[in-house]
Amino acid sequence: MSYLTVDKTVRSWLLTTDHKRIGILYLGAVLTMMALGGLFAMLIRIEHLTPGPTIVSAYTYNRLFTLHGITMVWLFMIPSIPTTFGNFLLPVMIGAKEVAFPRLNLASFWIYVAGALVTLGAMLAGGVDTGWTFYTPYSASSPSAVVPTVIGIFIVGWSTIITGINFIVTVHTMRARGVTWMRMPLFVWAIYGTSIIQVLATPVLGMSLLLVGVDHYLQWGLFDPARGGDPVLYQHLFWFYSHPAVYIMILPAMGVISEVIPTFAHKNPYSYRAIVYSTLGIAFVGFLTWGHHMFVAGMSRFDAGAFGILSMMVAIFSAVKVFTWSLSFKQGAIVLKTPLLYAFLFLFLFIFGGMTGVAVATMSLDVHWHDTYFVVAHFHFIMVGGTLTGFLAGLHYWFPKMFGRMYDETIGVISVILVFVGFVGTFLPQFLLGNAGMPRRYYDYAPRFQPLHVASTIGALVLASGLVLTLYNFVRALRRGEHAPDNPWQSRSYEWLTASPPPKENFTKSPSFSLDPYAYDQPLENAHA
Amino acid sequence: MRELHADHFESLEVQAHAARLGTWIFLCSELLLFAGLFTLLAASRAHDPRGFHEGMTHAARTLGSINTGVLLVSSTTAALGVQAMRENRPSRAFWLVLTTATLGLVFLAIKIAEYAEHIDEGILPGGHGAWFASHADAPLYWTLYYLMTGIHAIHVFVGMGLLVWTAVRVRARLIVHETSYKLDLVVLYWHLVDLIWIFLWPLLYLA
Ligand SMILES: [Cu+2]
Repeated sequence: MSYLTVDKTVRSWLLTTDHKRIGILYLGAVLTMMALGGLFAMLIRIEHLTPGPTIVSAYTYNRLFTLHGITMVWLFMIPSIPTTFGNFLLPVMIGAKEVAFPRLNLASFWIYVAGALVTLGAMLAGGVDTGWTFYTPYSASSPSAVVPTVIGIFIVGWSTIITGINFIVTVHTMRARGVTWMRMPLFVWAIYGTSIIQVLATPVLGMSLLLVGVDHYLQWGLFDPARGGDPVLYQHLFWFYSHPAVYIMILPAMGVISEVIPTFAHKNPYSYRAIVYSTLGIAFVGFLTWGHHMFVAGMSRFDAGAFGILSMMVAIFSAVKVFTWSLSFKQGAIVLKTPLLYAFLFLFLFIFGGMTGVAVATMSLDVHWHDTYFVVAHFHFIMVGGTLTGFLAGLHYWFPKMFGRMYDETIGVISVILVFVGFVGTFLPQFLLGNAGMPRRYYDYAPRFQPLHVASTIGALVLASGLVLTLYNFVRALRRGEHAPDNPWQSRSYEWLTASPPPKENFTKSPSFSLDPYAYDQPLENAHA
Repeated sequence: MRELHADHFESLEVQAHAARLGTWIFLCSELLLFAGLFTLLAASRAHDPRGFHEGMTHAARTLGSINTGVLLVSSTTAALGVQAMRENRPSRAFWLVLTTATLGLVFLAIKIAEYAEHIDEGILPGGHGAWFASHADAPLYWTLYYLMTGIHAIHVFVGMGLLVWTAVRVRARLIVHETSYKLDLVVLYWHLVDLIWIFLWPLLYLA
């Protein structure tokens, strides 16, 4: 009897402490957020079809890009992979029955839902037009629902911290026999590194946003120059969280890629340790780079140089990963399935986004590109091209594990192509727009920018159709997909050594793993729990 | 015998280890929250040394210092409570933990008296209030004073709640000698609250 069939009442789902069911609940929630964020993005793109007003007013436009940013960053991307695959798979991958604190885990889900409702409700009913960054002093005086929105994000932050603590403790205390630190599946390492960032960075964000709320509501003027405060100080506090937040989004996606490539190349990673240490390296250096967001906000040349170099160090760790993944294909028996195609897409977009990241980390270049569409395109390449493709790769890869059904491979391949074409079509024009001087967040633009804006909007439509097709594929699979075997990809990783979908207690008896999770030199029969 | 540990843990030791580790990580998270505030304090002070000097000479130094004493004593009684639990003397532990919570209440009462005094003088956060009309110094010190002591006071309040709840559970035998680690964790949190005050006190009242 699987975790899905053990008790079918709605109540048993809503009050479950089973980490797998909580993962599924989160999956439903973050997919909803992704759809909403995508809808807002489409409205923005349609507005830009013509210069001047197209479908909405300037104020509505400002509210729309804020809605899009806040929904995508805090309600979709930050929780996306850790709360869904992390919750579902992390305990299974280390042979544990549960996460360390199951009730806290459930609490974290409902805190997330409450926070998301407050945030969305405030933005939809009242509206916020500050952008997702809430820069002061404007955010302290903007005539919009800043206070309830930041309270909502603060609440979501609690859920992030609780999840982070839960995962760290689970990895430390609940590993089964045979799962040593250097034999944990790489996805577990990625979630572990992410959790550390979540626990240490989120409180700083929560505090800073609450202070913005206080400034707005009570006029304390902490960041208001008229009252002796310093607005750049807010930017420092905000980016101390929000740069590491990029790694909260990308590290889990890297973890998914580190699982997908060995499975579909049928080969162990070129270097397990290189991937582990670069994960920890990114988690650490990520805390020291925030200043690159303030190159033009008044910063000494020495500081700018230091932040620039530290930012580029992230590229070194990332390159170590990319080379290790690429070399893992050497002499592999490659099976081209949808998850692997998404992994290729990840590699392509991540290299592209990463290299433009090195470019904007250079102060002299950043002065030209700062606050233009170039930056917008850069971070979408990393955050969407990285997180979203990683998320989709994982969704296809682990779908049989989670639901015991197979998605349709042909539709899967078509959706990869649509996502690829649509994504590049959306954001390549934005690089060009930014380089030509189109500022970000502007409602209006000069007529000469129109062709590129139209191209970008068409790209966004293609991307959206790819995502809708993906959704159709999964819904179809849930209703009438063929039943999945326990290990459809012939993987050696630990989560595949139990039934698909797994029983409530994950493994029917306490597992003990004799092979490492990438032992593709051994016959499949030797890999068992 | 009733199982003392949850089903998904191998043993009580593992469960206690997990709870301890989780608490320490949570405390790190709390520390980062205050680190942000201390950064704000340091930067604001560098920005406005005169205003900070004038503010601090006006601060309620005596009440602040008494409160430091109160918290230090409360941390001692909390630690003695942990010791008592380890020696399997639950009723002694109960009274010590309750004393700790009461000292927290004393701290908050003094804090409120301090706030009332300043509000009476017309000192409000954000440079609001009559006092600032005759004192040209920047309001930043007072804003941060209210902000940081206020957030700290919220932590004291939460800590008190946890202490009372734990004391009740000790009395009801829901926390026993074998599971005394549960008391340790709450006391750990209390020590953190105390520790943060030890830094707030000189930075806001003395320097
Ligand atoms: Cu950054």
